[in-house]
Amino acid sequence: MVTVEFLGPIQKAPLTLEAASLRDVADMLKQDSEMAEWIENCAVAVNDTLVASLDTPLKTGDKVSLLPPVCGG
Amino acid sequence: MLELYNGALNVPEIITRWYAQEADYNYGAYIPFIGTVRDEDGIEGLSFDVYEPILTSWFETWVAKAAPLGAKLKMAHSRGDVLVHESSYIAAVFSPKRRVALEMIEAFVEDFKASAPIWKYDLKNGARIYARERSTPIQGAGLLGADV
Repeated sequence: MVTVEFLGPIQKAPLTLEAASLRDVADMLKQDSEMAEWIENCAVAVNDTLVASLDTPLKTGDKVSLLPPVCGG
Repeated sequence: MLELYNGALNVPEIITRWYAQEADYNYGAYIPFIGTVRDEDGIEGLSFDVYEPILTSWFETWVAKAAPLGAKLKMAHSRGDVLVHESSYIAAVFSPKRRVALEMIEAFVEDFKASAPIWKYDLKNGARIYARERSTPIQGAGLLGADV
């Protein structure tokens, strides 16, 4: 099982799911109407490192984080 | 050095302490950038969420970029509420000569705005409203929606 957490303004509790790669997480979140406004503008980190490929492999215990658009300062 | 605070920054304390910390390292330039909340659009203040693990690694990448130039970076940022005319952000560069610090403070602050995992909210009429229009997707955003 991997954990998916939603950072900043995304008002959504963490999820746990079976996923072999980030593509599995993407497929699941695309079915989630709550995520429609976020899926196109979030960056993604696996275990706190930003990733650039849906083929990023996942294993049990991994943490996937969704980072919506930012504005510090 | 990365410092996070709950609420507004104590600007005089921070910039004076940083000055003293580096006083003996022969830096010719110390350039702080101080970000202060402006009174505009009827806001009472701003509020911030910070994701510390990725903020720390982003900052460490910049520290590593600065080191070969003989420069040192420091940053302080608020979590939670910061009211109008209070400050939420200080970035500072120390360098042997001014040119490196002048160029680095601009590049650092611009990348901070585009990349640092911090989310801003307007405090207005008792509500905390995500500043969506002023926010920037992090480079590589949209991966989950990619149709591949």
